[in-house]
Amino acid sequence: MTAGREAGNLIRFENVGLRYGVGPEVLRDLSFDIGPKSFQFLTGPSGAGKTSLIRLFFLALKPTRGLISVFGREVSGLAKSELPALRRRIGVVFQDFRLLDHLTTFENVALPFRVLGREEAAYRADVIDLLRWVGLGDRMHAFPPILSGGEKQRAAIARALITRPEVLLADEPTGNVDPPLARRLMRLFVELNKLGTSVIIATHDINLMNQFDARRLVLEEGRLTIYD
Amino acid sequence: MTEADLAHKLQLASFRRQTRQATSRPNQLVPENTVAGNALTVVIVIMSFLACLTLGAVTLVRDASRDWQLDIQREVTIQVRPVDGVDVETESAKAAAMARQTPGVAGVEVLDAKENAKLLEPWLGSNLDLSDLPIPRLVVVRLTDPNAANLGDLAARLKAQVKGASLDDHRGWAARLQSMANATVLAGLAILSLVFVATVLSVVFATRGAMASNSVVVSVLHICGAEDGFIAREFQRHFLLLGLRGGLIGAAAAGLLFALLGFLVIPSISGTDSDQVSALFGHFAVGPIGYFGALGIAFLIAVMTALTSRLTVYQHLADGD
Repeated sequence: MTAGREAGNLIRFENVGLRYGVGPEVLRDLSFDIGPKSFQFLTGPSGAGKTSLIRLFFLALKPTRGLISVFGREVSGLAKSELPALRRRIGVVFQDFRLLDHLTTFENVALPFRVLGREEAAYRADVIDLLRWVGLGDRMHAFPPILSGGEKQRAAIARALITRPEVLLADEPTGNVDPPLARRLMRLFVELNKLGTSVIIATHDINLMNQFDARRLVLEEGRLTIYD
Repeated sequence: MTEADLAHKLQLASFRRQTRQATSRPNQLVPENTVAGNALTVVIVIMSFLACLTLGAVTLVRDASRDWQLDIQREVTIQVRPVDGVDVETESAKAAAMARQTPGVAGVEVLDAKENAKLLEPWLGSNLDLSDLPIPRLVVVRLTDPNAANLGDLAARLKAQVKGASLDDHRGWAARLQSMANATVLAGLAILSLVFVATVLSVVFATRGAMASNSVVVSVLHICGAEDGFIAREFQRHFLLLGLRGGLIGAAAAGLLFALLGFLVIPSISGTDSDQVSALFGHFAVGPIGYFGALGIAFLIAVMTALTSRLTVYQHLADGD
């Protein structure tokens, strides 16, 4: 696993603060970098601001103070029309999967390609290969409501990975699966990291983090402590 | 088997069916056949049906009005009232001869006593001896070209030379009929506009509802890097198909009703009623403009639905920022 603190950071936070409306700051003075090919866990107790930080990562929110730069672009100066191109470089796996129930597993995983306007013939083989890699080769025509929790999790991960994003953000990716499958999914993230993707995994699972020698970003009451 | 087991089996069967369908064509990103979507289809069917009926009625009245106008302009009537000491038959013949000599007149017909009796039959009944009654004689004058005939001169000559004669060119009646027809057409167009406005508003609310109920779809598309234009196009395609389906069903229903009215209802009205209906509405046949117009309305409603949904989606996405 590569530490990746060198120059050319993919994401950089400088004294970032976030508040909703006139409420108190939920994130305070965050300053850190996400380097290329890096692997890190994001952890902290419930209510510490993890979800808000994740939303800042994938550009669903803008900070109320401080600077965030993503792939060299300063976020607060970005026009709305510039966001989609940056979002395509970040893969996100949500805790609640966010699969579309009316689309098959294949179609859910292929969604980023449809958004790019590609023809199915151009991506079909890639999607099938990835579905096989995550163990869903025989479930590609099934709809999410009949998939198990683990299968949904893998489909959500496959959708986040299909376009080979430069950064993968996974929110509790092992929260709904049994320990053997959790280890398998973690191996998948490690493999992906070795192939060059920076990985950020948000988790509460101390045992899981202890199995990997990786950087930890610990959020407590809106403040971040980094353990390299 | 418990009710829950049965529901589970039905759900599985539904998913298997969807799975088979999924292998044949890609699913739309905006879910089809939702309760809200079906309700909007029904609303559009009704709106399209009402719009097509209105258009049919407008074309019917407009065609009938044009026919009245033509008929009335090509025919004038000379009325010869009985005057004491004057033979009405002689005066009628004199009036007919004067009319024949007038330029632009195609033919002149003096209605005899029997034809007069037939005209009065609806009011006075049949088998009535009219010889004792002072019934005016009518001379029907058909014109080749209403503009070429100098009807003012004919009226003046009739008044001077034929006792009891007067010329009725029906213009007052024609003007009133024309005003009534124009008012009906305007009212029809106003109704048509209201139907369109109601359709647009229904689509605005339905699109907002669809955006709210498909917020997960919108958020997933955003996360996958979709631009607003892509999301708007997906919703627009969904609503275009929905609008086209609803519009065509409504137009087809209206077309069927026009055909049924034309073929079944009006011929069943007999005798004098039928004559009166024919006089007013011709053969109650909605012409090609009515049918093609209904088809046009279906497509117009589909395009309106698609454009409205597109604008609503853009506004919704802009509001969400």
